[in-house]
Amino acid sequence: MPDIFGIPPQALFGQLLLGLINGAFYAQLSLGLAIIFGLLNIINFTHGAQYMMGAFVAWMLLNWLGLGYWWALVAAPVVVGAFGILIERTMLRHLYKLDHLYGLLLTFGIALIVQGLFRDQFGSTGLPYRIPAELRGGTDLGFMFMPNYRGWVVVVSLVVCFGTWFVIEKTKLGSYLRAATENPALVQSFGVNVPRMVMLTYGFGVGLAAFTGVLAAPIYQVSPLMGADIIIVVFAVVVIGGMGSILGSILTGFGLGIVEGLTKVFYPEASSTVIFVVMVIVLLIKPAGLFGRAR
Amino acid sequence: MSGSPTPHAKETGMPKHQRAIVVAMVAVLLVLPHLLYPVFVMKVLCFALFACAFNLLIGYVGLLSFGHALFFGWAAYVSAHAAKIWGFPPELAILSGMACGAVLGLVVGALAIRRQGIYFSMITLALAQMAYFFALQAPFTGGEDGLQRVPRGTMFGLLDLRNDLVLYYVVAAIFLGAFLLIYRIVHSPFGQVLKAIRENEPRAVSLGYRVDQYKLAAFVMSAALAGLAGAVKSQIFQLASLSDVHWTMSGEVVLMTLVGGLGTVFGPIVGAAVIISMQNYLAELGSWVTVVQGVIFVVCVLAFRRGIVGEIAAKLKKPL
Repeated sequence: MPDIFGIPPQALFGQLLLGLINGAFYAQLSLGLAIIFGLLNIINFTHGAQYMMGAFVAWMLLNWLGLGYWWALVAAPVVVGAFGILIERTMLRHLYKLDHLYGLLLTFGIALIVQGLFRDQFGSTGLPYRIPAELRGGTDLGFMFMPNYRGWVVVVSLVVCFGTWFVIEKTKLGSYLRAATENPALVQSFGVNVPRMVMLTYGFGVGLAAFTGVLAAPIYQVSPLMGADIIIVVFAVVVIGGMGSILGSILTGFGLGIVEGLTKVFYPEASSTVIFVVMVIVLLIKPAGLFGRAR
Repeated sequence: MSGSPTPHAKETGMPKHQRAIVVAMVAVLLVLPHLLYPVFVMKVLCFALFACAFNLLIGYVGLLSFGHALFFGWAAYVSAHAAKIWGFPPELAILSGMACGAVLGLVVGALAIRRQGIYFSMITLALAQMAYFFALQAPFTGGEDGLQRVPRGTMFGLLDLRNDLVLYYVVAAIFLGAFLLIYRIVHSPFGQVLKAIRENEPRAVSLGYRVDQYKLAAFVMSAALAGLAGAVKSQIFQLASLSDVHWTMSGEVVLMTLVGGLGTVFGPIVGAAVIISMQNYLAELGSWVTVVQGVIFVVCVLAFRRGIVGEIAAKLKKPL
């Protein structure tokens, strides 16, 4: 096969796939942030730490209890989601009437605690997590060789993202959620238990972060710092997309992952900063964000 | 923009009790290096200055910047580079660091004020992270090693800063000067407009104030003063490194200000002293320092939002 812009197609498509995977992670994490922000009015700085916890729960299940990847995919979101609900019940609940910034500071503090504890326990070097036996190997697609696990991550992420979109935009439960985002007091007066909904929403958003962490564990190493690095990028993704639209979050996440992957091919030095550069450009051209409501 | 006098024009001077505290502070600063290790006190002063600069934004304009390490760290790099490679005398090295902070503040501020509230914080954090990656890759920052063995030199051709005690008094003078400058800014008509923006931005707009210009001006001032702190830091420790530009540094300055009391005059100084002492005494605990900092964040937000000085001020019913 001929080179594309002087790049061997295998390398190009390989980086594109990796970009798509990163994009899937950005999409799921920013989706969780957006849902939480919509209902709780809090930017969940702990999101990165909860993503990291998801990966660690998977690692602990495997190495301590002998429970593999498929168990982790179910158990990690539940465990970490429960941890999230505990935080919501005991701490976040008291901040809803205060300025946004206190929610950010509190969740930042929790992130520091979680990260510090894991670092003390596991050190800061990464721990390996093996790809489950069913998904090892790869498939020759003709134009490229695709490792099965990576294909699986992209497919699962798409299903989860669009499933979330469907539930929120097309079901009755989702309509309650959207209504409560607009006017919680009114929804409560119709007999919906809004505090419980808020609690479960936070649990869901956190669980989604943990699920993403499990997906990431076999690709990146499991490390206490993995969450801190990604959460800042996800913040930039959220600024670019705006948090008003579910579909917008998904599209922005995947799109920026691909942009990052392409940058790795053509100008690797800029690959760690390209998303921030896009953020600057978007702020200059469309300050409200690509899918944001002007405000 | 009309520079109309504020309703509180008679409050031009410092209230008596605050003046007494400043006098006491000067006295303590004069004696302290003879009681404690001067480099430790300088570190506290340097971070107190950093926290005061940060407080100018969060406390008086209500803008939470989560990227102030950007100005602190890059100013440290620039002034270290100026002193070490260009052979600038310390006063010019420090000034170039401060200028660097101001220029970066102009760029970052102009971008960040395009969005409000929580987005503002996320933008500053993201831009600071971008600058961190630049620092990691740029050749002149020395990458992981940083810029080491920055010469201290002779200030104004008179003061030999290689002597810790001389350097201490220079740092203390810089700190006091900057502190009084911030006090003056906050208590000027300009500062009153900033507070009006913090309390009710739409109302400030409807009164005809160009809110964005005020925010940007405050941002640049805060960034320049944070840069001053970073430049001084590179002179004290003769080092500018990646940890100065990392987001943990941005988090630390938020913590210091929060502990001391957001929007109080003396809070950031107390907060910096508390946090730096804590780091000093807990240093051997390694990653537990992060945990303790996180716990302090949580406790402050849940139970102690006014901070140490804010609580005392509320008890005494006097602004501190």
